[in-house]
Amino acid sequence: MNLVVPIKMVPDLVEELVIDASGTKLDPEALRLKLNEFDDHAIEQAILLKEKGTGTVTVVAPDIEGIDEVLFTAAAKGADRLVKLTGNWQRGVNNHALARVFANFIKTLRPELILTGVQAHNDLDGAVGPQLAEHLGLPYVGYVSGVIVCDGSVQIRKEFPGGLIAEMQVMLPAVLGIQAAEKPPRYVPISKIRATMKSTNLEKFPAMELETAGAPLSVRLFQPQASTRATMIEGDADTVATRLVEILKEHGVL
Amino acid sequence: MNPDIYVVIEHLRRQISDISYVMLAAARAMANVTGGQVIALLLGHDVEPLASDLAADQVLYIEHPAFADFSSDAYQRTLETVIKERSPRAVLFGDTTIGGDVAAWLSTRLGLPLVSACRTVRAEGAALKFVSQICGGKLLAEGDLPAPSALVMMVPGGYKPEQGHAAQSPELVRLDAPTLDDLHVSVKEYIEPAVGDVDIAREPILVSIGRGIQNQDNIELAEELARALGGVVCASRPVIDQGWLAPTRLVGKSGKAVKPKLYFALGISGAPEHTEAIGDSELIIAVNTDTSAPIFDLAKFGASIDMLDLLPVLTEKVQQAKG
Ligand SMILES: Cc1cc2nc3c(=O)[nH]c(=O)nc-3n(C[C@H](O)[C@H](O)[C@H](O)COP(=O)(O)OP(=O)(O)OC[C@H]3O[C@@H](n4cnc5c(N)ncnc54)[C@H](O)[C@@H]3O)c2cc1C
Ligand SMILES: Nc1ncnc2c1ncn2[C@@H]1O[C@H](COP(=O)(O)O)[C@@H](O)[C@H]1O
Repeated sequence: MNLVVPIKMVPDLVEELVIDASGTKLDPEALRLKLNEFDDHAIEQAILLKEKGTGTVTVVAPDIEGIDEVLFTAAAKGADRLVKLTGNWQRGVNNHALARVFANFIKTLRPELILTGVQAHNDLDGAVGPQLAEHLGLPYVGYVSGVIVCDGSVQIRKEFPGGLIAEMQVMLPAVLGIQAAEKPPRYVPISKIRATMKSTNLEKFPAMELETAGAPLSVRLFQPQASTRATMIEGDADTVATRLVEILKEHGVL
Repeated sequence: MNPDIYVVIEHLRRQISDISYVMLAAARAMANVTGGQVIALLLGHDVEPLASDLAADQVLYIEHPAFADFSSDAYQRTLETVIKERSPRAVLFGDTTIGGDVAAWLSTRLGLPLVSACRTVRAEGAALKFVSQICGGKLLAEGDLPAPSALVMMVPGGYKPEQGHAAQSPELVRLDAPTLDDLHVSVKEYIEPAVGDVDIAREPILVSIGRGIQNQDNIELAEELARALGGVVCASRPVIDQGWLAPTRLVGKSGKAVKPKLYFALGISGAPEHTEAIGDSELIIAVNTDTSAPIFDLAKFGASIDMLDLLPVLTEKVQQAKG
């Protein structure tokens, strides 16, 4: 079984998000990127499927700073092929453009199953998965948290609110938007990633010209101004705990 | 240009989801600007009565056995035809497990621009401006809703669902579904949510932990505080996905909405998928090392310290206070 996992990087929300002078994008100088969490789950799910059967896992990503390490990490976990799409990524890219680029590459691989993160926290024009599915003429189901491969189809678990799960059949080939892998993404030690760097080839494939139509234009970014904000309790753990006990008493909780 | 605002009604197992009412409220605000009507699109099998309280000028009801359950394939094919024929000013979908499977596909299929994570749409003169919430609630993005026709995926929070309910039944028009055989996506069965030892939706005191708890061994620290307070432990999604607590303890979009007397959020950033389910809490207290965490916008009291330092001290002081 041929599995492909297209991934993207997103701002690390642990860092302060600095909006640049234009007000339309994050300041690249202050930006730290990390792998979209749900793409990490998609990689894990693909490797779990590979381990249960046979096949290869290809992980594909735009060639931007920091991607080599992410790709080598995927290989250390069990991915077979790593592909960087080279192109003009400096000015950022929306998901409509990204889906076109992914589709253009992935159609050459003719995979049975494409797994990608159900969404990313910076999606402003919909997720990549369903757009990719349309370009490739394949069915799409997202919010998936379990996959079993059958003959010509997959049985998947799709999440609905409140913990309800639908067991569904999706004909192959297909694109799935992964919410959570069946097991949490595995940990790989740095030493193993380093070893992989020596043994695994990073392939390059030129991305097609970016075609951004389909996303909103001229967007202004700003930080939300909450109408109310928490009253902050200052001090060390002991001081905070003492004040919290008072507050809990005042509110009739204690 | 067609000034109408269409809303794709989301429902599952004979129940309309709250997001549908939120979208109807948004659609009304938008239609007041465009001078169009609010049209609800109800795709279903034997669910005509569901139309009765939708605050729309008209409900287009498309009946087909394929809509007995949600199939992305059946929805995509049907909506493609309707939207293509009518090109309304906007079509609203939920940024949800249903809307998420169809809106972006339709955007590509029909070549229509799409705005996701949208909280509000407001008028600026005759133009419509959207505001979307991104980056875990840390950023807002504002822009013109692309004209003449756009697709929008809405998140809750910007409009009250009550405003989407109508006292009087709207006009109902039946439309034929396209041919829907040979579907590639179908539901086999449902797996009901696990019934746990506790129902967090009913618990008055919740000690809620997020990724800040760091590892499974630390869960006990939260359990101890919960015991001291006479409450229970619940969590954000990453903690549940790690398998550190049962799925019945999940608070948020894919878990449960809660309304306790005390919601004690420890090491939770306050992403929209989490906070949409805690707004009805009477008192929210948040502890997070990041002073800019969005959870502090909702909390009444907060402290920016390490939860692992605080937990044992606080548990001891609560035990003392209780005598
Ligand atoms: C379709 C979909 C559905 C989802 N449904 C849900 C849902 O139902 N419920 C849900 O919760 N999420 C849900 N999510 C995930 C959601 O988007 C967030 O990723 C998640 O809520 C983040 O959880 P968190 O706050 O625990 O983790 P993070 O966002 O990683 O935040 C951890 C926080 O802990 C703080 N911290 C770290 N260490 C410490 C310390 N020692 N002391 C104090 N603070 C510390 C950090 O500053 C940070 O703010 C959903 C996502 C999607 C895409
Ligand atoms: N019908 C199914 N469809 C999709 N995933 C499943 C299904 N059954 C089980 N799984 C997943 O496969 C894993 C092993 O399941 P089990 O063998 O039932 O313990 C679990 O983590 C499930 O999420």
